[in-house]
Amino acid sequence: MTTNMVGIEIKDLHLSFGETEVLTGVNLTIEPGEFFSFLGPSGSGKSTLLRAVAGFGPTPKGQILIGGRDIVDLPPWKRNVGMVFQSYALWPHMSVRDNVAFGLKERKMPVSEIGPRVEAALDLVGLLSMAGRMPNQLSGGQQQRIALARTIVVEPQVLLLDEPLSNLDASLRVQMRRELLALQRKLGLTTIFVTHDQEEANTTSDRMAVLDGGVIQQVGSPQVLYDTPANLFVANFLGTANIIDGVVEKDGAAARFVTKTGDAIAVGDTTVNSGSIVLRPQNISIVAKDSANSISGTVMHREFLGSQIRYLVDAAGTEIVIDQSHVSGETWQDIGAEVSLNINSSAAVVLAS
Amino acid sequence: MTHSPRGSAPGLSIADRLPKYLFPRIGGTAAIALLIAILLVGLLIVPVLQVIYVAFLDPNTGALTLNNFKDFFGSSLFRESFGNSFYVSAVSVVMATIIAMPLAYITTRFNFGGSVIIQSLGFIPLIMPPFVGAVAMQLIFGRNGSVNLILRDKFGISIPFMEGLNGVILVQSIHYFPFILINLSTSLRNIDRSMEEAAQNLGSTGMRMFRRIVFPLAMPGYIAGAVLVFIKVFDDLGTPLLLNVNNMLAPQAFLRISSIGISDPMGYVISFILVAFSIFSLWVSFLFMRGKDYSTVQKGGGGLSKRDLSTREKWIAYGTVSLILLMVLSPHIGLLLLSFGTIWSYAPLPDDYTLQNFVVMWENSGTYISNTVLYAGLAATADVILGTAIAYIVLRTKLFGRQALDYMATASLAVPGVVLGIGYLRLFHGVQVPFSGEPMASWWVIIALALMVRRLPYALRACMAALQQVSISLEEAAESLGASKQSTIRRIVVPLMSGGILAGFVTSFATAAVELSATIMLVSSDSDAPLAYGIYLFMQTPSGRGAGAALGIVAVILVGVGTYASQRIIERDKKMRMSGDAH
Ligand SMILES: Nc1ncnc2c1ncn2[C@@H]1O[C@H](COP(=O)(O)OP(=O)(O)O)[C@@H](O)[C@H]1O
Ligand SMILES: [Mg+2]
Repeated sequence: MTTNMVGIEIKDLHLSFGETEVLTGVNLTIEPGEFFSFLGPSGSGKSTLLRAVAGFGPTPKGQILIGGRDIVDLPPWKRNVGMVFQSYALWPHMSVRDNVAFGLKERKMPVSEIGPRVEAALDLVGLLSMAGRMPNQLSGGQQQRIALARTIVVEPQVLLLDEPLSNLDASLRVQMRRELLALQRKLGLTTIFVTHDQEEANTTSDRMAVLDGGVIQQVGSPQVLYDTPANLFVANFLGTANIIDGVVEKDGAAARFVTKTGDAIAVGDTTVNSGSIVLRPQNISIVAKDSANSISGTVMHREFLGSQIRYLVDAAGTEIVIDQSHVSGETWQDIGAEVSLNINSSAAVVLAS
Repeated sequence: MTHSPRGSAPGLSIADRLPKYLFPRIGGTAAIALLIAILLVGLLIVPVLQVIYVAFLDPNTGALTLNNFKDFFGSSLFRESFGNSFYVSAVSVVMATIIAMPLAYITTRFNFGGSVIIQSLGFIPLIMPPFVGAVAMQLIFGRNGSVNLILRDKFGISIPFMEGLNGVILVQSIHYFPFILINLSTSLRNIDRSMEEAAQNLGSTGMRMFRRIVFPLAMPGYIAGAVLVFIKVFDDLGTPLLLNVNNMLAPQAFLRISSIGISDPMGYVISFILVAFSIFSLWVSFLFMRGKDYSTVQKGGGGLSKRDLSTREKWIAYGTVSLILLMVLSPHIGLLLLSFGTIWSYAPLPDDYTLQNFVVMWENSGTYISNTVLYAGLAATADVILGTAIAYIVLRTKLFGRQALDYMATASLAVPGVVLGIGYLRLFHGVQVPFSGEPMASWWVIIALALMVRRLPYALRACMAALQQVSISLEEAAESLGASKQSTIRRIVVPLMSGGILAGFVTSFATAAVELSATIMLVSSDSDAPLAYGIYLFMQTPSGRGAGAALGIVAVILVGVGTYASQRIIERDKKMRMSGDAH
């Protein structure tokens, strides 16, 4: 069941509902066989962009190329794009078998071929025994798998998934996302996965695009996006970030980021003159008082998270979150303790304001 | 980011380069929408507008004039008819309110054992067309009916329940009070108990609180029901006709047209007044309802707080409910007695009981029943086809002016049957049926068309509701798997709507089967007459009453079974969908 892998290119795409523009100048290249995610908060335009690829919603301006062919003017049924819906959209009046066979019948495939293909697809998602059931006799996870089988049985060129896991409970969600990824690898199907959950995106994606307000903020692998966010939105949206405003002072090759309260942090080469520094909580450590290259502050709050202890430290009016990995038996800082913070400056990112 | 604007691509034909408006592209959907629009304009808008137009024409010269209205209001009979219609409608609303209010109040405010009975009781009158029970009511409440015979015997008094207009009011208010009961109970149930508790908290209790807080909040529901009752009574032809009350508007229109002919302008003037009142009343209720969506149920709420009744209150409550129940069921009881009785005259009950009436009915009503099945069947089939198409066009396409189809189809609710009947007589007057050459106005197909137009709003609402239940993603899933629009409609949309479509069919069929007011205008020979007209004919002679009542029983069973079936279909459908949605 391997397909010829195709890439997707989106060029200068604009889309409006009536007067309101919902997608603004989207440019994106998705490689053949890639597992690609659209990640962003609710209302950021992820679904709208995905549906534009599938051919639903208002006709956008710009181009969407699948395997090099512009499909913007094609109706959904001529695009050969497989979509799995958030609600699964299984037809309640058809059995599982009829649901899965639907697309093949539409393609006028001979009946003798439909049977084996349907069974192969059901087997692939491990639900061959459910073929005779009606959708309302299946659990949520099973419905999800049938929806997937129904889509891949027609061997679409690309697979589109709109928050496919959001209707499942937490433990099933983790299991399904692994199965989904395994299936995608097996089929080599170029896949776009829409989610608002960064963990889902991080664990599955080769690369992802972070959207906000209908604009792509950054594209890259999960690690690149987390370690080197291109802007404050991405920095804040992925994980926890301490963001401190200040200016960069250069002294020959060396550069220092000086906060408003006068604390200085050594940073690598940067073109930014003034802006913000992004510090991940795990890249800050609490050290003995008065060591060099450090910021001093007072412990305000402490949370034990199991593998980590999270401190909230007030450094001259700026609140800084620090995560320390927990080692059995160690002693914790007390609330009110005066501490010094040591910053791993190679992991700091300076962003222009 | 190289964006080559589409349209400048090479290889376009000359036609593609010409401005688009030279070649308006009418797609399949647009063509169907246009066809439906033409049908609705031709069979609803044009006939009604023509009736209104003729009301302003001089019958001799054909010039525009207000003389017809001058003549109308110059005649004491018409002035009286107008006053009577208004009086009967208004008093019927008051009576229906008096019946409905205690029932709504008791069921929503108290823990009362009979609540379920009362709520189902609300539907019982509706399954019997009012004119069917009218004659039976006369035998129970008339001057020499059961009740007055007993009163005279025991107390030496008699009460003119059924004298003249009183009879119409009694029959109509007993028939139509459920509209008020249903609407009022729904609004009362939608009032959150915190509203009431807040009032009590501020020191307002008992009747005073009911008047100041509960009733104002329930007002929109009440007005909606009351306006409906007013219009229905104002427009009704069958009940006054069967009770032989002719000095009202609808009977006058019928009598003028059927005795003097379709050129007599008075029928048109009356039609104009009926339509104007319908529209005006709907507009008033719209004004009242606008911006007053008082549904206040909040999380954790759930209707007015119910309290237990004291023993004394319980007796009062049961007494009131029983009395009302007896009154509401009296047409049904009367009809049963009449249909199974031998002779019933100057006696509280029939002399003896027999099945003879049913035999007579059966021997004489074959044509009525087969005509009914034919007309109502055709009308309901056409209604669900139109309803499905209109629902799809309105809810699923972006077609220009699609809402107009909905408005037009629904507008037929505001057109009294008499008016549509007169409109068809006028429109098809002098036109001949192709091939057979018989006059169009007396062709049976016209009756089926009138029924179709009259019942379209019912079928349309059912189809709209059914399509709204179909999630759009079910259609999109089909499209993304390669199904075209037509294929998606055929394989996904219509099968998923089938429950609603069937319910719409049953409702349209059952109510079309007992429709009298448009039918009575259009039936030209007994052999073309449907069931409702048959009942009317039977009831004209005292000897035919028994058989008429038996036919009435058939009508009640027909509508009752239909209503029950459509409820069941809708419930079953809902169940399938609910379990299908569970994630
Ligand atoms: N049918 C629609 N009509 C008008 N606006 C819409 C419609 N669908 C989505 N939008 C708007 O487009 C924006 C993006 O929506 P969507 O793509 O659904 O966001 P996401 O999937 O990222 O949560 C939102 O602001 C939403 O209000
Ligand atoms: Mg979404």
